[in-house]
Amino acid sequence: METATNIDGLEVVYAKPKTLTDTPTHYCPGCGHGVVHKILMEVIEEMNIQEETIGVAPVGCAVFAYDYMNIDMQEAAHGRASAVATGVKRVLPDKYVFSYQGDGDLAAIGTGETIHTVNRGENILMLFINNGIYGMTGGQMAPTSILGMKTTTSPFGREVATMGNPLKITEMLAQLPGAYYVSRHSVHNTAAVRKLKKAISTSFKYQKEKKGTCFIEIVSNCPSGWKMTPVESNEWLEKNMFPIYPLGDIKVPKS
Amino acid sequence: MASGNGKSNTRLMKGNEALAEAALRAGMQAYFGYPITPQTEVMEYLSIQAPNYPGVVILQAESEIAAINMVHGASGVGARVMISSSSPGISLMQECLSYMASAQLPAVIVNVQRGGPGLGTIQPSQADYFQAVKGGGHGDYHLIVLAPSSVQEMVDFIFDAFRLTEKYRNPAMILADGALGQMMEKVTLPVAGSLPKTNAPWATIGKPNSRERNIITSLFIQPERMEKLNLVLQEKYNQLQKEVRWEEYQTEDAEIVLVAFGLTSRICDKTMNLAREKGLKVGLLRPITLYPFPTNALAKLAKHAKVFLTVEMNAGQMVEDVRLAINGKCPVHFYGRMGGMIPSPEEVLIKVESIAKEFQTAHA
Amino acid sequence: MNMSMTQEIIIAGFGGQGVLSMGQIIAYAAMEGKKEVSWMPSYGPEMRGGTANCTVIVSDSRISSPIITKFDTAIVLNQPSIEKFENAVKPGGILIYEKSTILRPPSRKDIEVLAIPGLEEAQKLKSKQVANMILLGAFLEMRPIVKLEHVISALHSVLPPHRQHLIPLNEQALARGKELAIQVATEMVVR
Repeated sequence: METATNIDGLEVVYAKPKTLTDTPTHYCPGCGHGVVHKILMEVIEEMNIQEETIGVAPVGCAVFAYDYMNIDMQEAAHGRASAVATGVKRVLPDKYVFSYQGDGDLAAIGTGETIHTVNRGENILMLFINNGIYGMTGGQMAPTSILGMKTTTSPFGREVATMGNPLKITEMLAQLPGAYYVSRHSVHNTAAVRKLKKAISTSFKYQKEKKGTCFIEIVSNCPSGWKMTPVESNEWLEKNMFPIYPLGDIKVPKS
Repeated sequence: MASGNGKSNTRLMKGNEALAEAALRAGMQAYFGYPITPQTEVMEYLSIQAPNYPGVVILQAESEIAAINMVHGASGVGARVMISSSSPGISLMQECLSYMASAQLPAVIVNVQRGGPGLGTIQPSQADYFQAVKGGGHGDYHLIVLAPSSVQEMVDFIFDAFRLTEKYRNPAMILADGALGQMMEKVTLPVAGSLPKTNAPWATIGKPNSRERNIITSLFIQPERMEKLNLVLQEKYNQLQKEVRWEEYQTEDAEIVLVAFGLTSRICDKTMNLAREKGLKVGLLRPITLYPFPTNALAKLAKHAKVFLTVEMNAGQMVEDVRLAINGKCPVHFYGRMGGMIPSPEEVLIKVESIAKEFQTAHA
Repeated sequence: MNMSMTQEIIIAGFGGQGVLSMGQIIAYAAMEGKKEVSWMPSYGPEMRGGTANCTVIVSDSRISSPIITKFDTAIVLNQPSIEKFENAVKPGGILIYEKSTILRPPSRKDIEVLAIPGLEEAQKLKSKQVANMILLGAFLEMRPIVKLEHVISALHSVLPPHRQHLIPLNEQALARGKELAIQVATEMVVR
């Protein structure tokens, strides 16, 4: 109440969206997940679609997304978020449905579901957080770990001969006719955050118009898994991840 | 393939097709599946009927894993949902079934069993009994399990399964086999719309201002909370015991009691009649629900029967539950065929006769 | 109580000879006649060009086991099935077989054996597809467990719309089968 009195009469320049709960997140300091959560919930609040939106959380660092997002949500088994989202959307075709997955979830164990969900052109938004590592289990190699990247299961760096190449699944998915809008973003600075926000609201607009699958990759950091400070991790992100996962639209609707 | 006599409610139908028709009449809102013999006719039938049921979701998924997770999603928004498969496909679903039991999501799962292990055969089997009644996936949970023995019961049990799964918010399985799926019998179909839908205030259909958000999850990371959920589930399984169903034939004076479920119970029915013709006092107990299991009914019979014979199309699975029920009061024998082989009434009779002889010698 | 009738039938041949549909027609017709029925097919890879068979049980009372190993009647359309099912016919039962496809005829003396030239007669009717209906006609002459009118209405159920015009031809085939059965059975008695 004291706070309210203090800000009474003053212009609000920043507020947490009501679509986020008051639960403190478990995310590590500097992690991109918190920013993406907030952007996503801001869009839902601004579009006034809280009542019409159902989210599907993954297994991975975002497994507790439903603790923070103040909307109806389902928690999927590892890799199956897009299949669960398909089940939701097919029964409730007029609601907004999104899945939220990390790289291990979406591009390793759930690759089959990912490809077929997009191939069917399921009318949902798929959000894909790519930080090139398994954060939740303590920093193992991900399908998107870049060459040379040291993780607990590639302690001498990822090398092609035995571990294969980083999987650019977003480019693959863009090839599918079911993909309507495919775009790659980041949240490492304010300009990037603004672009992501626009991409998310555009995707929901397309979903309303029943255009097909919208797929947004967010190339993000993992200070803990990468063993860096948040600032270092963002610098490393720009220098090492962006050349392999360049930002920008990959597939946009033909006008 | 012919699917019936016009629009009549009494038809000659294949088990798989009858089950699919029953699901539509039971108000099924969504079906997800993946082709596998010997149950593919379920999805084929639904696909043909789909234009007559606008709004009902029929989706062929890319795998059984995807299909059951779609079931999770659809069930989570309160839809009356079904999935069908055969043994290997059911194995693929086990992870999600564990999640659904934990998240307390209703759904009907149909297993038209085939012989295993492995890729096995496509012929009928009952070798998934353990998987069906003991849990199947990880963690402490049970499915509600119904075992039909005729095409008519493939129809009737769909209604029972939807009713039970919604009442208890626990996945329910219909444990059939390839023979029941493929055979044709006369069925009387219930009238569509006769099964009222249970409210699902827990469904994730979008959060209005008037309530807190709904979350469907099986993750309770603090062990104290997870144990609490387990206690809720165990209490539910206690409550479920009152739904136990079984049938008894000629058990009043029976000295030898056959115990068999599904198709095998009909084989044993014939064996029983053949044995009675030979003057042997044989009866039959047929569990209809495999979970909950008719433990008390068996224990009661053990008071006057002399010996039990469990007959299954597997290496001896339900017999373990029969022995637990009989609890050492009588000998419990087993006869089974495996890998897709079906025992004939005559070969079961040979076993019955040898048991009768052995018993008489032992007690002479 | 012995008025109650049960007829247990096996129909066996190659896939594509109309073995499964013959069984279905009996089952449909029996249902029309308010009887209890069960039709159990062999299924799977066997159906893709190999041997196929189905078991049909028609009864006045509830059918217990749909799985049976002894039959009142065997209708056999190929040689491998003769070898498989000749000994499965109950004493006093009947074995009807397609004459043109059997090189080594059955030898049992405790059952009635009828060789029916279904294919040859079907060709005379300008449609070898109805050979199975000729055998079915022969069976129904020997064991009239279902009424002919019910068989005809069963055809209406079993045949897809674009084959409904073949019903009169099928009726002819059934009638021819009945005649042949009388003829063959009489010859057997004379011999």
